[in-house]
Parts: sequence; C-alpha cells; structure tokens
Amino acid sequence: MTVIPTAPTEAAPAARETTAAPAFRGRLLPWLFLAPTLLVLAVFLYLPAAQTLSLSTYRSNIVLGTRQFVGLSNFAELLSSPAYRQVAGQTLAFVALVVVLGLGLGLGLAWLASRPIRGGRIYRLLLIFPYALSPAVAGTLWLFLFNPEVGAVNQLLGSLFGVRPRWLDDPTLAFGLVTAAAVWKGLGYNVVFYLAALTNLPKEVLEAAEIDGANGWQSFWRVVVPLLSPMTFFLLFTNVVYALFDSFGLVDILTRGGPVEGQAGVTTFLVYQLYEDAFRNFRTGIAAAEAVLMLLLVGVITLLQFRFGSRRVHYGA
Amino acid sequence: MALDRLEVRRAAPSVSGRRRLSHALTHAALIVAVFLVAVPLLFALVKATQPSDQVITPNLLPGGAFFSNLGRVWTEANLGRYMLNSLIVTVAVVVGKTILSVLAALAFVYFRFPLRSLSFALVLFTLMLPTELLIVALFDLVSTRLGWANSYLAIIVPFLASATGTFLFRQHFMNIPTSLADAARIDGCGPLLFLRHVLLPLSLNTIGALAVIQFVYVWDQYLWPLVIMQSDERQVVQVGLRKLIDVGGQTDWGAVMAGAIVTLLPPLLVFTVLQEQFSKGFALGQDK
Repeated sequence: MTVIPTAPTEAAPAARETTAAPAFRGRLLPWLFLAPTLLVLAVFLYLPAAQTLSLSTYRSNIVLGTRQFVGLSNFAELLSSPAYRQVAGQTLAFVALVVVLGLGLGLGLAWLASRPIRGGRIYRLLLIFPYALSPAVAGTLWLFLFNPEVGAVNQLLGSLFGVRPRWLDDPTLAFGLVTAAAVWKGLGYNVVFYLAALTNLPKEVLEAAEIDGANGWQSFWRVVVPLLSPMTFFLLFTNVVYALFDSFGLVDILTRGGPVEGQAGVTTFLVYQLYEDAFRNFRTGIAAAEAVLMLLLVGVITLLQFRFGSRRVHYGA
Repeated sequence: MALDRLEVRRAAPSVSGRRRLSHALTHAALIVAVFLVAVPLLFALVKATQPSDQVITPNLLPGGAFFSNLGRVWTEANLGRYMLNSLIVTVAVVVGKTILSVLAALAFVYFRFPLRSLSFALVLFTLMLPTELLIVALFDLVSTRLGWANSYLAIIVPFLASATGTFLFRQHFMNIPTSLADAARIDGCGPLLFLRHVLLPLSLNTIGALAVIQFVYVWDQYLWPLVIMQSDERQVVQVGLRKLIDVGGQTDWGAVMAGAIVTLLPPLLVFTVLQEQFSKGFALGQDK
C-alpha cells in the first residue's frame, strides 16, 4: 500500500477547481484517459475486495476443495478466539510503540538536522537513507546482528558483561527487537517529512520567538511543535499503516511470528496471522474474515484522516 | 548611543560563544544519531567483505572477499536472476504507473464530464484497499482465473494504477495556471500535445518524486511475490533474500550480507540521485 504524501496541503487548491471552466472539451476523450486506471482498479482492487467480503461468509478449504456458507460465524469465531484477540492486542501495542517512538525520534532528529550547521546536507542524507531499505533487508541485517552465537551484539555483550541473550527465543526480547527494527526502518521516512515541514516553517515566527527571548528548547516546544501539528497528524496515519502492513517482511524474516507465549506467537501481528491462515493453514474463509476486519480498521483510520485532516491549520503563504 | 554600542559589542562574544557551544552539541548529537542509524548497515558492509572464517568472529576489519561472497550468492543462490526480475518488474510498474496516473490526472483537471467526482472518489477510495488485505481473493483471481501465476504479469499488472500518483499529479496540475491550457487550446493544441509540451516539462519534480516513492515501494514488495511466485525463475530479490538465509544447515552470513547490500543498492541509488526532486516534488515549498 502506498500512502498519499501530499495530504497536508489537500485543502488549498479546492476552490479553484469548481470555478474554472474546463480547458478542453470532449465526451469520449477524458474516459479514454481514465480507462486504464479505472480498469486496473476495478479488476485488481474492487473485484477482489468484493470477493473477500463474500469469501468471509464461507467456510472453505482450497486444499480439500470444500465450500460451505456459514454466514457471520467466521467473524464470531475470530472475535471469541483468545488467540486472535491476543494477536489483535499485541498488534495494537506494536503499532502504538512504532508510531510514538518513530514520530518522537523522527521529529527530534529532523529538528537537529535542520539547524544551520556545517555539513547539514550530509547529516540529513545519512539520517534518511533507511527510507530506501526494504523491511526484508532490514530483517536480514538485524537477524545477523542479533544472532545469539555469531551476532555482533551478543559478541559485544558477551565480552563486556558475559551475557548472551536469546533475542529471538525470548518473548519480550523478540517483541522489542521487532519493534526496534521497525522504528529504525521507518525513521528515514519520518525525518524526510519533518525536514520538509521544518523547511517550510515561517521564518518570521521563529525570529519573533527568538527576539522575545525564547531559547532553543522553548521555541522548539512552544513554536515548532504546534506549527508542525499538521505534519504530525499526517505522519501519524502513514505510520499506523506502515506498522500494520509493512511489518510483514520484517516479522517473516526475523521471527516467523514467534516465539509463542500464551495463545499465539508474540510477534504474530494481524497481517502475519492473515497470511498464515490463508496460505499455511488454508483456512480461506477465516482469512477472508480477518481481511474484512482489517479493512474495517483501515477504513476507520482513513475516514479519521479525511475528517480531521481537512480541518488542519494552514500556515505560510 | 555610545553606551548602547558598547553593550552590543560586549554582549556579542558571549552570544556567539553560546552559539558555538550549541553548535558543537548539535554536531555531537547528530554524529551519535547518524552512527546509530548506520550501525546495522556498516556492520553488514564490513561482514560482506570478510572471508568465511572471519565472518562469524568479532573481527570488524574489512576484508577483501566481497566479490567472492557475492559471487557465491549471485550464481549458486540465484541472486543474479532475482535482481534481474526485480529490475524488470520495478521499471515496468514505475513507468506504467507514471503514464496511467498522468493521463488520469489530465482527465480530472482539464475536462468536465459526468461522474467526474464519483470517478475521482473511486480512485481515492482504493487507498483503503491495501493489496495485503486482498491477497486471498487476488491470489484466486490472478493464479486460478487469469492463469498468471509464475509470470511477470502477476506482479506488474495489478499495480499499474496508482491513487497516490493520480492524486499527486492532479494536485500539481491544479497549481499550474489555467491560462496555459487556454492558450494551448486557442493555438489549436490538443490535450496530448499540451501534456507533451507544457505539462510534462513543468512536472519533472513531481515525476521524480513519484518515481522515488514507487521505485522504493515496488522494489521492496514482499508479501505478494512471496505468495504468487512459486517458480524460482521469476521470484523477486526480496523473497530471494529469505531463501539465502534458509539454506538449511549453517547460514553463509558473509554471502547473505553481500546479497543484502546488493539488494538495497538500487532503491538507495534512485533515492540518492532523485533526492532533490523527491523533496521538491511534494514536500518542500508546496504551500508557496
């Protein structure tokens, strides 16, 4: 899934659109231009979405070739399943941690890197490069770093303190490790957007704060943070989506959803569970019902974004 | 008057002293942060160059075995094939997405037609339908009904339309003065000529920004190729990485690290080269 990066400015040109006369005329032409996009979306997004809805009301098994209408009982089964509830709960915890840590660190680093210092460009580039790394590559690097026997982290910890934690076998450590890796991988994205927003801040306001005797810390908390709230709001949603979906590659390579504690693997998040049920356990109907529940979640998140997003403050020219 | 100036002169050194200290602290904080962010990558870089007997030791001195490590995964573990597949798929999707979303944005901004708002809503609404959630039905459609499993089509065609791209170009076109389009029309220019000679040259930053986002997005895709590509011959490099680790028995970490480094180079290269456009295209200066 990609996310609209322009959301923070959406409201600006809306007025012109309704008043302006069309530049070009033609009945067929606009449809010709739109057709490829609409066709691909209809066939590969809307059709599968409708099918997912219908599949969620069946109990079916691809391997056995069985298919039986069960109404909403897949949903009832999921919502009453302790394992699924555990997965949902730990997903929410993971998302919350990734968002809070990612936004906090991203803003702090962007603020530091945006200061007029020598070599600022190099710092900025070195801070944002993880944006280009894939979750799979991030998972691979961290898997080796935290390998209990030959990983650098345990070799260091072992020689300094004589401890060699089993990072991927211990539930708490594994959860923390996946979270940290996700934050690390997402940091570049947050820094990019915060840097952009910081560059766009009205200089006069910051100068006024400085003249009024605000020190760096005060102008950061009292002036910069409030002015950045539209960007923070936008990043809040993109980060939630990132944590929900892009965590898959990371989890698959680092932990395969484990280690198990309670009813399920502690790093089995909703998307990973969906994949397992669909392509490992072949519980197609259940997997479809999980997809529908997540679609509802994404729908609520997106609606919130549009609802509150359009009311965001506008500054600048 | 004279006193004022004196005070200013006296105050100046202490202000600049404080500024120097704060600059030094900023440098220190940034160096620590940059180092921490880079550690996993630096470690991978070093280990990718070490011969097998050093890779699993704490030794952190670069060796000269990068190309022999890479050679092992490139041919024996099929990395070369995976890279080529990823490159084909990524370029096809990025080019296709750009063309399709430019055309769609052209229709939305420069034409008035029935159901225009509804069509735009339908495009925008797809943002709520992440592919990850549709994999069950999409798998059925693409592999069973279309018979595209194990072909490039399966990982190219479903991703050709882009709500993000359409939205981005629409925003950008709306910021271009309408008088340009009017002038083009009066000169007898059709929409495609107008696109070719006026809009595209004015859209280079937007195209660059979108290219970066899409390149990184497509190159980094993992779940869908993992599910739909059973044949190793068409698999992409992200899933290939997983296979490098899973060789069974002892993982050849030097080779895996060399593979990881090579895997991350293309998006990093695109990102670094187009970073200016990336920033200008949609983030910087958009309110101006």
